[in-house]
Amino acid sequence: MATQHSRSAARIMMAPAVFLLLVWMLVPLCMTLWFSVRSYLPLRGGDQGFVGLENFSRFITSSAFWPAVQTTLIIVGGVLVISIVLGVLLAILLDQPMWGQGVVRILVIAPFFVMPTVTALVWKNMFMDPTNGMFAHLWRFFGADPVVWLTDASVLSIIVIVSWQWLPFATLILLTAIQSLDSEQLEAAEMDGANPVARFFFIALPHLSRAITIVILIQTIFVLAVFAEIFVTTGGAFGTRTLTYLIYQRVLESQNVGLGSAGGVYAIILANIVAIFLMRIVGKNLDN
Amino acid sequence: MARAVTTQRKALNTAIAWSIGLLIFFPILWTILTSFKTEAEAIANPPVFLFFDWTLENYAVVQERSNYMRFLTNSVILAGVSTILGILIAVPAAWSMAFVPSKRTKDILLWMLSTKMLPAVGVLYPIYLLCIQLGVLDNRLALIVILMLINLPIIVWMLYTYFREIPGEILEAARMDGASLKDEILYVLTPMAIPGIASTLLLNFILAWNEAFWTLNLTSVNAAPLTAFIASYSSPEGLFFAKLSAASTMAIAPILIMGWFSQKQLVRGLTFGAVK
Repeated sequence: MATQHSRSAARIMMAPAVFLLLVWMLVPLCMTLWFSVRSYLPLRGGDQGFVGLENFSRFITSSAFWPAVQTTLIIVGGVLVISIVLGVLLAILLDQPMWGQGVVRILVIAPFFVMPTVTALVWKNMFMDPTNGMFAHLWRFFGADPVVWLTDASVLSIIVIVSWQWLPFATLILLTAIQSLDSEQLEAAEMDGANPVARFFFIALPHLSRAITIVILIQTIFVLAVFAEIFVTTGGAFGTRTLTYLIYQRVLESQNVGLGSAGGVYAIILANIVAIFLMRIVGKNLDN
Repeated sequence: MARAVTTQRKALNTAIAWSIGLLIFFPILWTILTSFKTEAEAIANPPVFLFFDWTLENYAVVQERSNYMRFLTNSVILAGVSTILGILIAVPAAWSMAFVPSKRTKDILLWMLSTKMLPAVGVLYPIYLLCIQLGVLDNRLALIVILMLINLPIIVWMLYTYFREIPGEILEAARMDGASLKDEILYVLTPMAIPGIASTLLLNFILAWNEAFWTLNLTSVNAAPLTAFIASYSSPEGLFFAKLSAASTMAIAPILIMGWFSQKQLVRGLTFGAVK
């Protein structure tokens, strides 16, 4: 149907978006690769030349690296488990007949629209503050000593904050998926005598598996990149330094650009591994 | 989904769902309530919920002390201009991919998506350095361009999925009637595409408004939006819960309202059509 004329017109119309994204991707990426093989300390001598792969080995052998990897995995894993498990339960709950369904859905989704710095500061001060926070009041009410959350349970605190932000996203996606579930199938199973637990595990959960996979992949990419939530709460202290935060500190705080760029290359590779799986699913979906 | 249930069951569902919904919403509700308290009431133990002397003083103080309007203006300009610019660039691209697909369309779409997956921290220094060398650190225009670029893949994707829902026969009919490419876009496509474009605009405005990596790292005074303004409250002096709450409420209220309208687009926009 498409003529030669419309094809070339189409190419011209695509050109600006493709060109801009190409520049946006390639220029910084090449610069990061370039810096990663050089000893570059802007405040202490500038560019001191080619050092091969030294930055890459120094980055992973530095004492901060493995703790950062561990923290990253715990935070990403914790947020995923909380948001998926609670998300599935919430989605099923919200799919039930009830009064004011629309309002409840809005209440549940609202945290996703709160900007990360507000989320982090509200939790840090109004809930987790060891003297005046809501949790401290609650703990004292039950006769317990208030927990100094962001110092003594810092990683858990970050997980709670980030989960609160991402639970709405998981719930909304899973709810959308559940609503496309054929209710006749459920009724048939019910008539055949399947109990609610069996209906959940053998019908609802398999139906949700693709949506769950997508939530896992998208959230992994975004949670790996969590920054503001750590920046305004602990500043990377008390064991909350993730890989992203470590790279940020190397690059901007200690201005060791070579070392930080090597870390950046690792982060890019890691994100791409996750992204490949996401792309496969999205790509398959494009075909139908 | 219209399965018959007893009223009793429905009441139980309602009670459980509302309790959980309010629990999840509580931090936002609490922030809004606290913003109307005095500092002493804000930290009272036991906490006071509704029966306090409602005051607007915190809003006045925040406004006065920190030049809130400047940050708000920056947020509106950054999010608004970057989103509109992104849509202007994305509409032709999405249009051509939806209506004149070629063998490479799928690859281009997936490649665009892959640029969104690039971790920002991996390219932090190059962008920082480029901004310094071009003299645009803490510059609104630079941030507009950056925010536009990080959301461009999502904008193209959303528009593409909306455009694909427009039946191609209508275009053929228009072409038969002798409409030129320009007429086709202006008079046939645009009216049908407006709802999709509006939804895309709304969601991406929200995403740009809440962006908190580049806005924190590339601004200090002149271009700083509300994300950075709120971050400045992370090292407080004295009593400040009520003022923090007032500042937070002002930063999130417009977006919460917009967010309510864009729940559906959220699924489409952030799963790239993989969940329907």
